[in-house]
Amino acid sequence: MSRTAADHLSRRTAIVGIGATEFSKDSGRSEWRLAVESVKAALDDAGLIPSDVDGMVTYTMETNPEVYIGQALGFGELTFFSRIHYGGGGACATIQQAALAVTSGVADVVVCYRAFNERSGFRLGSGLMADTQAATTEATRYSWLAPYGLKTPASWVAMYAQRYLYEYGATTEAFGHVAVACRKHAATNPAAHFYKRPITLADHQSSPWIAEPLRLLDCCQETDGGQALIVTSIERARSLRRHPAVVVASAQGSAPQQHPMTSFYRDVLSGVPEMGVVARQLWRTSGLEPKDMDAAILYDHFTPLVLMQLEELGFCARGEAKDFVKSGALELGGALPINMNGGQIGEAYLHGMNGIAEGVRQIRGTAVNQVPEAGNILVTAGTSTPTSGLILSRDR
Amino acid sequence: MATTPTPVALRPRPVMTKDTAFFWEAARQHRLVIQRCTRCGRLRHPPMPSCPHCLSLEWDTVDACGRGMLTTYTVLHRPLAPPFTGPQLIGVITLEEGTKLVAGLVGVERNRVAIGMPLQVEFLDCDPELTLPVFRPAVEIEQ
Repeated sequence: MSRTAADHLSRRTAIVGIGATEFSKDSGRSEWRLAVESVKAALDDAGLIPSDVDGMVTYTMETNPEVYIGQALGFGELTFFSRIHYGGGGACATIQQAALAVTSGVADVVVCYRAFNERSGFRLGSGLMADTQAATTEATRYSWLAPYGLKTPASWVAMYAQRYLYEYGATTEAFGHVAVACRKHAATNPAAHFYKRPITLADHQSSPWIAEPLRLLDCCQETDGGQALIVTSIERARSLRRHPAVVVASAQGSAPQQHPMTSFYRDVLSGVPEMGVVARQLWRTSGLEPKDMDAAILYDHFTPLVLMQLEELGFCARGEAKDFVKSGALELGGALPINMNGGQIGEAYLHGMNGIAEGVRQIRGTAVNQVPEAGNILVTAGTSTPTSGLILSRDR
Repeated sequence: MATTPTPVALRPRPVMTKDTAFFWEAARQHRLVIQRCTRCGRLRHPPMPSCPHCLSLEWDTVDACGRGMLTTYTVLHRPLAPPFTGPQLIGVITLEEGTKLVAGLVGVERNRVAIGMPLQVEFLDCDPELTLPVFRPAVEIEQ
């Protein structure tokens, strides 16, 4: 896709398999094994075998190289392997990479994956990444922050969140509505960590501060687990056992003055313009509009960024998400149900990949919290960093 | 009886490259400086090797007047690793010269911090190797 024209990928590929491990706080096994288990499960789901795979895509912060998964699963020759930068911002971009490879004839069956022990092993929320002393271009970004203790994703996002509250006269209850919706959905999803554990707005408001104005219940979980997805051509997808989740649009986006999660030097700090870049491409290529979406999986590492995404994506005007989210709009049966699996707040933090899988289940009609007759589902990746998004639809 | 002294936790060091070292060296001299394009004169922060407006690779620095305004902030509660203890007040400050930077806030209670408040730079000598610009409210506020 480009900044001015629709791309040539629309409706030419589909997600045909999804597979995951259980989601836990201590998997008790290696990240390598989590990757192998989830990729194998996705192949089984698709009705494909390891020798069918010729492409693999993941994104940074992954510790399992493609070739090691391939070795363990007896893959043959691979013709395509790609790794997207910027961690969770790359989740949906893995599907775009797969679509690019399949549509251009570079690969036929592409595995997209994430597997990590993000709770029992290295915790992304710890801030330890900012302790790097390598004199690289990338590490310099921490230099402006880490000496002050501003080292964690929550503390970075807090800067945008505080500015959002100020500019639009919102209160942190607006953030709370996002958390309540996600936890409500998780409460009826047996795969979710917070199964049977919904929260109220009062619970949100009384949860401890992490980085003001973010409270504990504004933050996603930390999770051990793996999630894989299989992409192939729409033609091949129609011969497989599952209803295809058609990739109608896929896009990446970075906005001017972009930094990874720390774009504090922009003129406006109350939005996530990188998602605006994604949104304009998704709508243009799909020919669809926000009102055509039956539901959305909005990347919820931190609740304020869900509000900003609603605005960037055009579900409501700038500054109006704080009102849009009231009265259960984000819950099943609401104006725009989001994160029916519970999201990363309620189900698991698989760096966005479990959200794509939920989008696929909704299109198949097999989700535990199914949106009736879901035909078009929007899925987004991590924002405040270079990001990505997808529209998945039922096959015509 | 000899004992091994407990290592004192220091603040994280800034990584310095040839693009950025000037900022930290100036800070050690208690100067807040801003990178300036010598072709078009525009200021920029954080430092970069080229001017995004005229693409010149030539630059020097100017001393900031030290006054700014709070654009946004956080009060960081957790996780905190030594040497940080207790809530940390950290802001994004827009300098009078127009550039923004991140810095700690001092001399203000967390419930008195407000976006838009005028601030004045001062320098925190953290340890013999590290001096940081920090900002204090420019006008006396009732605590």
